[in-house]
Amino acid sequence: MSSTYLPNGLPTPSSAPDGLAAPYWEGTRQGKLRIQKCSGCGAWQWGPEWICHRCHSFELSWHEINGKGRIYSYQRPHHPVHTALNGHGPYIVVLVELPDYGNIRMVGNLLGDSTQIVTIGAPVEAVFEPHDNADPPFTLVQWRVV
Amino acid sequence: MAERTLRGKTAIAGIGETTYYKHGQSPDSEFKLALEAIVKACEDAGISPHDVDGFASYGNDRSDGPRLASALGIKELRFSNMFWGGGGGGVCGAVGNASAAVATGMADCVVAFRSLAQGQYARYGRSSAASAVGGDDAFLFPYGVMSPAQRFAMKVTRFMHETGIRQEALRAISLACYHHAQNNPNAVMRGRKLDEAKYDASRWIIEPFFHLYDCCQENDGAAAVVVVPAEQARDSRHKPTFLLACGQGCDHRSAAPVHNMPNYPSSHFRQIAPRLYDMAQLKPADMGIVQCYENFTGGVLMSLVEHDLVKAEAANEFLVKENLIAPTGKMPLNTSGGNLAECYMHGLELVIEAVRQIRGTAINQVKRNDAAIIIGGPMVTPVSSIILGSEATL
Repeated sequence: MSSTYLPNGLPTPSSAPDGLAAPYWEGTRQGKLRIQKCSGCGAWQWGPEWICHRCHSFELSWHEINGKGRIYSYQRPHHPVHTALNGHGPYIVVLVELPDYGNIRMVGNLLGDSTQIVTIGAPVEAVFEPHDNADPPFTLVQWRVV
Repeated sequence: MAERTLRGKTAIAGIGETTYYKHGQSPDSEFKLALEAIVKACEDAGISPHDVDGFASYGNDRSDGPRLASALGIKELRFSNMFWGGGGGGVCGAVGNASAAVATGMADCVVAFRSLAQGQYARYGRSSAASAVGGDDAFLFPYGVMSPAQRFAMKVTRFMHETGIRQEALRAISLACYHHAQNNPNAVMRGRKLDEAKYDASRWIIEPFFHLYDCCQENDGAAAVVVVPAEQARDSRHKPTFLLACGQGCDHRSAAPVHNMPNYPSSHFRQIAPRLYDMAQLKPADMGIVQCYENFTGGVLMSLVEHDLVKAEAANEFLVKENLIAPTGKMPLNTSGGNLAECYMHGLELVIEAVRQIRGTAINQVKRNDAAIIIGGPMVTPVSSIILGSEATL
């Protein structure tokens, strides 16, 4: 069984060209899930941005969070749009909201049987998926039903 | 201060389109297609291409204004404009921008156009060959979220979850488009009829709401419209089609990264639509002609709801094929076949069809043809829509 949910060969994540997302990707390599929090007004913010959309502070810090969420929406793509997915069959993508952090949302795959019934509202937790053989190595955050 | 509005100040005096092809089958280059559509639109308007003095486009069109102006021998280019954003979100914005230029005296004759030969360049439905991706894509591509359908599918899933609208409503949209295409000689899907069984049996592109027939085509072609001052259009050979309103932009934070827009299950017209009707001084019920961009049928559904053309709670009952076809339906939709079945001309074919309907020269002519709403590129940001009308609407 493969150690990654999707086959190798898909585009890999990079924090280039501006480094804005570098703390996130450095964190996942260490098994830490981090998002931005505004030092000015305390708002959680995701994805990475340079400024707080509420108070316009540029002082955004990175905080480790628990990986507890619930499924907000999902899709099960069948048609391969990338050669790495040819013949792979359907897979599940979930949009997960994190109630403990202002309901910010994260995108990932739902681990397990790709034909499973997906329930909106179901609780899920984050799972780190290292891609150690990639150049450079990176770690994705995936989700599984609790 | 004079009232600030575009209402009735400009008109579409000419329309032009090339033969529409399946992607990769155009014998002509993309730029030549653009030139052909523009020349045809000028012929239709009864003006010389030398008298065009502006271009407006969208979707990062590769046929740029200065090059077109040089190729066509335009005397002076006074307006050269690109609407931000991908896909067809800018189709109505380009017409609106052309109108704004003409209404304010920046230019006298502006062509809004789109040229697209996906067979000669990248296809929208295939991922790029990039090996590493940054920005928002870094949080999407590694999870297999790459194509437009994959970027939008979860909006539709959530919308259907919240509203209880069923797949059959999406099927009716697709059936209406294919129905209208069967009479249209320039429709790529002419001769390829669609019925309920064929739709239901079609393969999944994405579960749970994207069958094959919920997705637009990929095509080669070009289309153009000529925008002039209203007074000039009244003197032309065609019944004039006036621009009554344009709304463009996007909802509050609709481009928030990694699917974090506050109003997620949306085509992003909720704030635009009321402004649009206000400028036109018309109501949703006045729209006898409805042309709504289909990248995917789910986007059409959300657009119809957000423009208050269909109530979400009535959608299961109202969105049936009989209600959506000309001439007998209560709300004929995409009467030339649209992006699904005529051509994915990034929605400009919908603007052209609305002009034909107002002129009374459409193949699937509707009865109530004084006011038309055209809705561009749902679910991308920014988006745009326009209302066109006959003299009777002014």
